[in-house]
Amino acid sequence: MSAPAPTAPPAATGTTVLDFTDVARQFPDGTVALEGVDLTIQRGEFVTVVGPSGCGKSTLLRIASGLDAASAGTARIDAKRIGYVFQDATLLPWRSVKKNVELLAELHGMSKTATNQAALDAIELVGLRGHEKKLPRALSGGMKMRASLARSLTLDPDLFLFDEPFGALDEITRERLNDELLRLFVTKGFGALFITHSVSEAVYMSTRVLVMSGRPGHIVDSFEVPFGPDRTPELRFTPEFAKLAGEVSHALREGHS
Amino acid sequence: MTAVQNPPTEEALVSTTLESPTEAPVAAGATPAPLVRRRRGKKLTGYLLPVAVFAALIGVWYAITYLILDPGRRFLMPAPHTLITEALLDPVITDKVWPALGRSIVVTFTGLAIAIVIGMLWAIAMSQSKAVEASLYPYAVALQCIPILALVPLIGFWFDFGFTSRVIVCVMIALFPIVSNTLFGIQSVDRGHHELFTLHKAGRITRLVKLQLPAAMPAIFAGFRISAGLSVVGAIVGDLFFKQGEPGLGILLSNFSSRLQGAPLFFTIVVTAALGFAVFFLFGWLAKLAVGSWYDQSRDAS
Ligand SMILES: Nc1ncnc2c1ncn2[C@@H]1O[C@H](COP(=O)(O)OP(=O)(O)OP(=O)(O)O)[C@@H](O)[C@H]1O
Ligand SMILES: [Mg+2]
Repeated sequence: MSAPAPTAPPAATGTTVLDFTDVARQFPDGTVALEGVDLTIQRGEFVTVVGPSGCGKSTLLRIASGLDAASAGTARIDAKRIGYVFQDATLLPWRSVKKNVELLAELHGMSKTATNQAALDAIELVGLRGHEKKLPRALSGGMKMRASLARSLTLDPDLFLFDEPFGALDEITRERLNDELLRLFVTKGFGALFITHSVSEAVYMSTRVLVMSGRPGHIVDSFEVPFGPDRTPELRFTPEFAKLAGEVSHALREGHS
Repeated sequence: MTAVQNPPTEEALVSTTLESPTEAPVAAGATPAPLVRRRRGKKLTGYLLPVAVFAALIGVWYAITYLILDPGRRFLMPAPHTLITEALLDPVITDKVWPALGRSIVVTFTGLAIAIVIGMLWAIAMSQSKAVEASLYPYAVALQCIPILALVPLIGFWFDFGFTSRVIVCVMIALFPIVSNTLFGIQSVDRGHHELFTLHKAGRITRLVKLQLPAAMPAIFAGFRISAGLSVVGAIVGDLFFKQGEPGLGILLSNFSSRLQGAPLFFTIVVTAALGFAVFFLFGWLAKLAVGSWYDQSRDAS
C-alpha cells in the first residue's frame, strides 16, 4: 500500500497531549498496579512502553484513555480526541468493514457525509480498499487490525493509544503494519503511547522507549531513539539499532530481576 | 479434482465436465465416471435411511391397526390412509378443520407478537439497571415456575372464554423464553465492545441500539423460536379448556375425541403438529435471514 509521502511538518507538533505526575493506581483489592509514574507526551512523539507481563502497562493506558482513573497523583489528558487500539480488534461482527470504521464517527455525532468521507479516507490509508463490504469474520487477523486502526483514524486523534495491537500477528504481518503505522504517524503527527512485548518493535517505532517494572508498576528507564522519521525495515539490521535494542533488553532484564 | 494433464482435446473437456478422472478420458456418450455413480449412491443412502425409518413407523402403525386391534376398536388407531380418505377428502371434516386452523393461527401469532413486544421491553428494562432487574426478574421466574395451566380457569373467569383469554394464555406460556433470552443476549455483550462505547462516551440509548440489541439478536431469535412453538401449545390449550366461542384446533380435537371419530381426530393432530413445525421453521428461517450472515448458528445446539 502507498501512504502519501510526508509533506509539511504536521500541525501543532509539540503540544502536550498527556501529562502524568506521580500517578499511582491502587485497586480496591489492595493491588498497587502503578506507583510514581511521571510521563509527558507531546504531539509528534511516539512513546513505547515495554515491560514484563502484569507490570501495569494496560493500567497505564487505561488511565491515559480515561477508562480508569488514577488513585493518586495527577493525570492530565489534553487531547480532544483519543484513539485507542485494543489488543483485540473489537470489531462489531454484524457490521461490515466500512460500517465498523464509521462507528466512532457516528458515536461522536459527525454528519453522515463527514462520516462517510472519513471512513473512506481511513480505509484507503490502511490499505483496505476493496474490502469495505466484508464482514469481520471474512478478514484475516492483520486485516482486522487494519480495520480497527482505520476506525480510530476517522477521529483524527491527537493522542493515539495502542495496547499490544500487533501481539497476535505473525512477524511478517506485524513488521508490515509497523511500517504502515509509522508512516501514518509521520503524516498525522499525533502523540502515541504504544505498548509492546517486542523490544525490536519498540525501538523501530518510537521516538522514546520506556522500560517498566512491576510490583508496583513504575518506569525504571527511558531511552531516546536517535533515528529520524524516515525509517525503513533495513534499519533493524544496523549496528546502531542492535546496540539500542540491546540496551533496552538489558534494562528490561535488570528491572525484571 | 485431478488436474488436466492431457492437452485440452474435446474428449478431455467432456470428461472434466463430467467430473471423471482424466487419466481415462472417455468418449462422449459412454458411461464415464465411477465417481458420479458413487456420489449418486451416497445421496441415495442419505435419503434411504429416513425414508426407511418413516416407512417402518407407518408399517408399525398399520400393524397395530390391523393385527392388534379388534375391528370394533380400530377407531383408537385408524389406519394411516383413512386420515386421507375419511378426513382430508371429506368436506364435512375439512370444513371444520381448516377454519379452526385459521383461528388457531390467528391466536398463535397474536399471542406471540404480544409476547415478543412485552418480553423484549421487560428484558430491556431489566438490562438497564440492577435494581430494575432485582425487582422484575422474580416475576419472570414465577411465570416459568407456576404451572400456567393452573391459571387458565382464572383467566377464563376474568376475561371470559373468547379470543382475549386464548391470547392471554398464549402470551403467558410464550413470554419467559423471550425475556430470558433477550436479557441473556444483552448481558453477554463483549466487555471490550462495552469499553469501546464507554471510551467514546456513548449514551444509554446509543449503546442499546448500536451495541446491545444487535449483539443479542442471535439469542433473541433463539428465544423467538422456542416461544413460537410454545404459543402454538398455548393456542391449543386455551381452546381445549375454554370450549366456547368459535372453535379452534383444540375444541376440534376435544370434539372428535369425545365422539370417537378416530380418523378426523388423528388428522387434526397431524394438522396441529404441522402448525408447530411450520412456526418453528419459520423462525429458524427468519433467524438465518437476520443474523445468519455474521452469526454461526451451528455453535448453538438448539
Ligand atoms: N480491576 C483490577 N482489580 C485488581 N487488580 C487488577 C485489576 N486490573 C489489573 N489488576 C492487576 O494489576 C496488575 C497490572 O495489570 P495490567 O493489566 O496493567 O498489566 P499488564 O502490564 O498490562 O500485563 P500484560 O502484559 O499481561 O497485559 C496486575 O497484577 C493485575 O493483576
Ligand atoms: Mg496488558
